[in-house]
Amino acid sequence: MAEAVYLDQDLPVAGLKRNSVGWWGILCLIATEASLFAYLLFSYAYFAVRFGPRWLPQAHPALKLALPDTIILLASSGVIWWAEQGAKTGRRRQHLIGVAVTMAMGVVFLIVQAFEWSGKTFTITSGSYGSLYFIITGLHMAHVVVGLIILGVVFAWSAAGDFTPRRHTPVLISSTYWHFVDVVWLVVFTTIYLAPYVWASS
Amino acid sequence: MTAWEDSRRPRIVKVDGDFPAERLRKIWEGGPGLAGWISSVDHKEIGKRYIVTAFVFLILGGVEAMVMRWQLGGPDQRLLSPEQYDQLFTIHGVTMIFLYSSPILTGFSNFLWPLLFGSRDMAFPRLNALSYWIYLASGLFIYAGFVTGNGANDGWFNYVPYASKAYDPGINIDVYALGLILLGISTTVGSANFVVTFLRTRAPGMSINRVPILTWGTLSASVSNLLAVPSVSLAFFLLWLDRQFGTQFFTASQGQPLVWQHLFWMFGHPWVYAIVLPAMGMVSDALPTFCRRPLVGYTPVALATVATMALGMGVWVHHMFATGLPSLALSFFAGASLIITIPSAVAVFAWTATIWTGRPVIRTAFLFFASMIVLFVIGGVSGVMTASTPVDWQLTQTYFLVAHIHYVLIGINVFPVVGAIYYWFPKMTGRLLNEPLGYWNFWTMFIGFNLGFFPMHIVGMMGMPRRIYTYGAQMGWGPMNLVISLGALLFAIGVMLLVINIAISLKRGAIAGPNPWSAPTLEWSIPSPPPPYNFAVIPTIESRHPLWEDWLNESPARSRLTEGLLLDRGRETLATSPLDAEPNLVLEMPADSFAPFVLTCGLTGAFIAALFHIWWVVGVGLLIVIAALVDWFWPRRVHADMTASQQGAADG
Repeated sequence: MAEAVYLDQDLPVAGLKRNSVGWWGILCLIATEASLFAYLLFSYAYFAVRFGPRWLPQAHPALKLALPDTIILLASSGVIWWAEQGAKTGRRRQHLIGVAVTMAMGVVFLIVQAFEWSGKTFTITSGSYGSLYFIITGLHMAHVVVGLIILGVVFAWSAAGDFTPRRHTPVLISSTYWHFVDVVWLVVFTTIYLAPYVWASS
Repeated sequence: MTAWEDSRRPRIVKVDGDFPAERLRKIWEGGPGLAGWISSVDHKEIGKRYIVTAFVFLILGGVEAMVMRWQLGGPDQRLLSPEQYDQLFTIHGVTMIFLYSSPILTGFSNFLWPLLFGSRDMAFPRLNALSYWIYLASGLFIYAGFVTGNGANDGWFNYVPYASKAYDPGINIDVYALGLILLGISTTVGSANFVVTFLRTRAPGMSINRVPILTWGTLSASVSNLLAVPSVSLAFFLLWLDRQFGTQFFTASQGQPLVWQHLFWMFGHPWVYAIVLPAMGMVSDALPTFCRRPLVGYTPVALATVATMALGMGVWVHHMFATGLPSLALSFFAGASLIITIPSAVAVFAWTATIWTGRPVIRTAFLFFASMIVLFVIGGVSGVMTASTPVDWQLTQTYFLVAHIHYVLIGINVFPVVGAIYYWFPKMTGRLLNEPLGYWNFWTMFIGFNLGFFPMHIVGMMGMPRRIYTYGAQMGWGPMNLVISLGALLFAIGVMLLVINIAISLKRGAIAGPNPWSAPTLEWSIPSPPPPYNFAVIPTIESRHPLWEDWLNESPARSRLTEGLLLDRGRETLATSPLDAEPNLVLEMPADSFAPFVLTCGLTGAFIAALFHIWWVVGVGLLIVIAALVDWFWPRRVHADMTASQQGAADG
């Protein structure tokens, strides 16, 4: 039998946060998804530059629904952060409540978006602005739906007691993804709703 | 007790006879039969599947090329109708660019990376399996369109408005659009896997200035794919919406047709580098073995690899010089394209200097690698010519471009790949390829290639446009085209010699042993073919050439290859820090799984149904995808007490 030597330190089995490969994996996924939205917004900018302000159905898009909805989605980022703290410290109740509230906020966001969509005077086929508007916001909503599915599964696993303070990579992945979905919305919202107030005002 | 094991101090042991190999073999071996084959997540298995599948596509693409060369071998040939010719040149391009040239390199990297890194698998073995299955599915999807007469027919870059519904009403373009989105998923997950594998699973001591250049090449390509593939997936998605649902992205009336070209080439140009940089990396790693010295200029070559990719993301407009863009944009992109010459030349000079200052051993693999340098220079120079806007205006859409792209893609992809087959075939199979036949193989391919493709420069300058299905005798292109077709035939015979060599050598090739070339890197320190667990113990690395240390004697430090971390409580490998490769995690590796295959079936079903607008099947397909993912990521319950008792049994 071979002689046994030992490392001078313990190694974690399955890592925490930056140490887990799953976290690095989700960063790669986020990089590629962020690129997708970058190309969408590039296309939006290209159309806007080529056609000028006359391309917009309204020079100043209405913020009545979109702004509160944005605030709800951004606030949900804070809630999922709080939930994650629960998983990190072994307070499962906190995690479950936080995830449930986040999901509820995500659903509210989608419902408000549906109202926002139904109030539009243009359609996806009526012109290129409509095509871009509905595809950009629609793809973002699809990402919210994916985020909700991920959170739902993580909620079930958490309820089943599958996570410990040392082993909860799926929790980190789900919350990181949710933050990403929120940040992307902020960029989309700024581009589509706020920027025209600047570039299309004169 | 259901406590999880959170940390431990892995034992360091010496390899001693069968210890610990037998135990590891049981842990890592895949299941038997078809079920074992489908559920395997072994990177070596997946790598070989990638290589074989990509090679089949190379042969298919080659057959398509030969049919076209028959048609063009003389004036006024009528073997193919214009529509058939359109589909043929399109599927030829799609096959070679998407289904052969990237997947073959992914195959080599898949097979080699964990062996080069002293690891036991990729960071995400199941993702690896998924990447392969989706690649296979997308290839079958695209070819199903082609064999039923519904193949893409507007060229591989598929410009609108040709590709719009009004001018191409069949489902041809929809098959291509959805097929390429599907392939994009495969490329993306594969790239993510490479990035994380590079950063986290290198053997202790293999800091980033000690990794083989191949891994720099694949890493650069993978990062670029993560950033660039969404562009083409988006472009095809929007085109599909335009065609099927009446959106207005690329329509001439309300949309911006030129956005298609931007989105396509913002992906397309980085892709060109993604399908050559790993191949250049293979040359950088394998050529020095035959020169009996380390690569000249490791650091500049590694930096040049990354720089080429970074610059490559900012030159896409040179594919659009003739679209009437403002001259400021043209100047900027012409300048950026010319600058790429610098990092490219770094590699060329490094290889040349390696041969020059080494003691070359002329084997078949060496011939392929060395000839690649020549072809790279020819293809590079024609690229520099067309980077200049006024020259491009003269040459665009002529056979000169066809010559350029083939010198680049065959020269920098196919030649290194064939060299790599000669070099690593012994590692994959345990047997060497036949050398005398290899010489015939090389010279037939090399002469055939140059005979077939060099004259294309000349007919291009004589004015012959690309993508014409025939031409009249009065044009005077006939004799030159006959030479081209004969050269292409000779090249095809060369490729067939390789196939014959492989077929013979699989059964009767000389037994290779662990290191037939006396090569310096880690994959040659283990048996050929490698055991399922790769390394019995995780090695510790002290230099770029772990197997040449005694001979080079650059420093007193020696890599430890037979003594290291054992890691045998289930499938485990070591994770290390991204830059310095210090051990920081015991990585639990997943068991074999059907989830990747099931996911692929659900996803492919959804894509087929989307093609025909059967939305409920799309829904079912996506539900299968979700179910497979939930099963995939189901948290594992590892019992510390159980693993400890297994450990005790193993030691006793």
